[in-house]
Formats: sequence, structure tokens, C-alpha cells
Amino acid sequence: MSDIKKFMYVNRRAPYGTVYAWESLEVVLIGAAFDQQVSLAFLDDGVYQITKGQDTTQLGIKNFSPTFSALGDYGITNIFVEKESLEKRGLTVADLIPLKYEDENDNYAEKDSIKLVSASDLVKVLEEQDVLLNF
Amino acid sequence: MPIEVNGKTLETDEEGYLSNLTEWEPAVAGIMAKLDNCELTDSHWEVINFLREYYEEYQIAPAVRVLTKAIGKKLGPDKGNSKYLYELFPYGPGKQACKYAGLPKPTGCV
Amino acid sequence: MSTLHTVNKSPFEKNSLETCVRLASKGNAVLMYEDGVYGALKNTAVANLVKGAMSNLQFYVLGPDLKARGLDAAKVLDGIKVVNYNDFVKLSVENDKVQAWL
Repeated sequence: MSDIKKFMYVNRRAPYGTVYAWESLEVVLIGAAFDQQVSLAFLDDGVYQITKGQDTTQLGIKNFSPTFSALGDYGITNIFVEKESLEKRGLTVADLIPLKYEDENDNYAEKDSIKLVSASDLVKVLEEQDVLLNF
Repeated sequence: MPIEVNGKTLETDEEGYLSNLTEWEPAVAGIMAKLDNCELTDSHWEVINFLREYYEEYQIAPAVRVLTKAIGKKLGPDKGNSKYLYELFPYGPGKQACKYAGLPKPTGCV
Repeated sequence: MSTLHTVNKSPFEKNSLETCVRLASKGNAVLMYEDGVYGALKNTAVANLVKGAMSNLQFYVLGPDLKARGLDAAKVLDGIKVVNYNDFVKLSVENDKVQAWL
């Protein structure tokens, strides 16, 4: 069966001000049950979703940032982060949660899921997708 | 339908999942299992404890496929398969074990 | 693979148009509708952004959304095509995928 399509979830909103970020993650987790090739992109304020050190205890709402670390188990191994969006916000990769996956084809070696890409590289990645889902 | 655990009344949703996840204690699992006519063994507890640790780390109940794979990695291939897990939890390892562990229903589980 | 990009937010409220222009490939189509139509107008702070992208991208703006806002083709930047709902559907079908910038 060559029904496998490339799905990309494009995340452009900060995590707690609106419900976009959490909804996106829920759809990603549900969608992972279907055998498709899924990747995520974080750009604009979306990069704030995967920053380290989030603590929502005083808000009384769920901190879902640890859930991104489970995505490797769900077969999602490509998480694209736009360099320009990080730079504009004074962030570097070191400010992001180090998302990893275990490569089954390489003796379960732990590898980085995060791919830092420039806008011009992201253009190419977007172009390769079959379906783009925006949040 | 609330359940009585050690003199406390705990709220559950229409499918029997705890409404407030922080109210969970080990006795909850036993009482829920009894309602399903199920007796919890050490093997059940291995899975329940695994799920609680998974939730603590990732804040989600894993999908069955993910659970099966992760159990296999942690407890060995003889346990990391759906036959073994369905024998322990005939209503579905995702649904039933998560319920006993005080977790929400796995995301995407219907 | 051809892509139709849609932008339905005002460029003065959200950066959707800016990000769209940054990340659309050469030859792609961009349709502005709903509050996105404000990005198609002359003499705005984003007019240069749009004009600068016209060599790479074909811009369209949805007529009914212009009309609803008291705007018309005369106020739209030269090079942007004013289209109707049928054209919108046609554009969606003609392209391989749609990137709906929110």
C-alpha cells in the first residue's frame, strides 16, 4: 500500500494563551494511530511551546510540554524549528526541550528529533508535504 | 457513579475513570477491578505502575501500540505483546489498565 | 507540487501574511480572504511586503470579502487578481495542497 502520506502539523501559537497548541498536540497523538509519515514544525510564537522550564502549577492548568518528549515513541522523529523565529525571540536550541527518539534501525541509538532549519530550508520541507495542518 | 475507597467517596466519569486524577491511591485499582470481577496480580500491578510512571513523565496515557512497545522494552518481549496484555486486561490494556491506574482514557481511544 | 496559501487574518493583527510570504515557494498562489483582504490594499504598511513578493507569488483577493468591507478593486494593489467564490474553489482544486495560515 502506498497510501502513506506526509502530514505536517504547523504550530505558530504560544502554548497557554489560546487552546491551539494543546489541540494540535491532541490531534497529533490521535493521528499517530494512522500509519502516516508525520512531522511537526514550530515557527513564530509556536517555538514557545517547546521551551524548557514550563511550570503551570499556579495557573491550575495542565503543563503539556513534557508530552512532546513522548512523540518519539509515537514514531514522530522530525520536529522542524525555524531558526529565524528563534532568533527573533532571543532564543537558541539550548532553550528548547531536547526532544529525542530511538532509532530502531540503528540499535536504538538516541537521536535528536529537533531539526533547526532556516526559512529557506523550511520552504523546501513544506513543499514536500502532502497535507499541511495549521494550528 | 462515585466509588468508595477507604471511607472516601471519589467521583468518576460515566465510563468509570477517576474525575480527579490526584485522588488515586493503590486501593482504587483494587476496587475498580472488583467491579469488573477482576483480581489484581503482580503482573497487573507491573503494568499499572508502568502507566503511572509514564503519565508522571509525559502527562499522557500512552496509546496501546506505544504502551506495548514500551512494556516490551522495560519488562521483556514476553510481556511486550498484545496477547499478554489483553489476557491481563481483557477490556483492552489501554482502557482498563489506565482506568485502574487513575489515568484518563488514552488520547484517541474510543 | 503546487500549493495554494490562504490568509484570512488582518496583517495588522497577526503575522500570518508575513509568515506566508516568507515560507511560500516560488510559483505558489496566495489567496487573501475574510480579514486577510486588508493585506491586498494600496498604501498600507504591508503593501511593500506584498509588492516585493509578487515576482515569486501570484496573489488573489476574494471580491465578496472586499465588498463587504466597503472596498473594491480600485483600492487593491496592481498585480493582485480579484476573484469570486468559484475561482476560490477552482484554485483549491488546481493546487496539490492548501496551506491555510491561521
